[in-house]
Amino acid sequence: MNASVGAWRKGLSVAIATSLYGVSFGALSVASGLSILETMLLSALMFSGGSQFALVGVVAAGGTPAAAIATAGVLGIRNTIYAISLRRLIPPTKLTVVPAAWVTIDESTAVSLAGKSERESRIGFWVTGVGIFIGWNLCTLIGAIVGDILGDVRAYGLDAAAAAAFLALLWPRLRHRQAVAVGIASAVLAAVAVPVLPAGIPVLAAVGVAVVVALTNWFGRERAEGARA
Amino acid sequence: MTLLHTVLLASIVVSGLKLLGYAVPSRWFVGPKRERLLELSTISLLAALTTVQAFGSGQSLELDARAPALGVAALLLVVRAPFIVVVFVAAVVAAVLRRTGIMG
Repeated sequence: MNASVGAWRKGLSVAIATSLYGVSFGALSVASGLSILETMLLSALMFSGGSQFALVGVVAAGGTPAAAIATAGVLGIRNTIYAISLRRLIPPTKLTVVPAAWVTIDESTAVSLAGKSERESRIGFWVTGVGIFIGWNLCTLIGAIVGDILGDVRAYGLDAAAAAAFLALLWPRLRHRQAVAVGIASAVLAAVAVPVLPAGIPVLAAVGVAVVVALTNWFGRERAEGARA
Repeated sequence: MTLLHTVLLASIVVSGLKLLGYAVPSRWFVGPKRERLLELSTISLLAALTTVQAFGSGQSLELDARAPALGVAALLLVVRAPFIVVVFVAAVVAAVLRRTGIMG
């Protein structure tokens, strides 16, 4: 009983905090040239903050549709991994699998994985996922309307907020040497590529770093502890 | 292809990837090399997106109010501030620097 109250509370607090951030997505999206309808479609259908900001960023920079779709897609692959963990932890039924997939995102997965029982994990997942879906879409609409009225979102620092959001999503993943090395190399490569490659491509090109390091396992733990010991 | 088509196609791709995780045999994504590739790809993308969003200006790099805002965000992440605080403070820092004319 107490545990489910805890899961509800945790889910709701994460949902409220994350949803508020939808205001800046809505405003930034409209400022990038998307209509209010297109902005709302992203929040309702795509419903994955990182991919949404990435798509809007590529569009704002003048990137091609293919680059925009590819960037959003590659960033969305982590949701596939989340789904695989979640279906073991809290298996959905035929009826719930589509809504479960829909609200499978960073936050609902994190709260669910933090649960101490299947019941807690299940409550945490649904409260967080559905809570954010409702809040995120409401806040996106507010942001899109307000952004349309206010005009230049740079004056409110929303471009810096988007950069900070990417960094905040990245931060918890920098847990070991290999991750830090890949992060730094990708950032440098993207910066070097911006003046020479078309918009949207520098970000995709940076994934090359991940592919090379993943295949060779440079800076990897096995190699560091095994080969050199 | 119009912007609306881009939005719809990208949404189908991203939602499809979520469903895929519930549909495919899980062994497809098992194994150290594949797991490493998936985790490192996310890191690459987020690091590159952070850089481009903070310093990119069309096809050139620019040092403006976004840089100190990102620095403050990094400091807040070091002291484990919540996500929403990090994002909000970064916006405020950039807005204040621009309002006061210290940085563009």
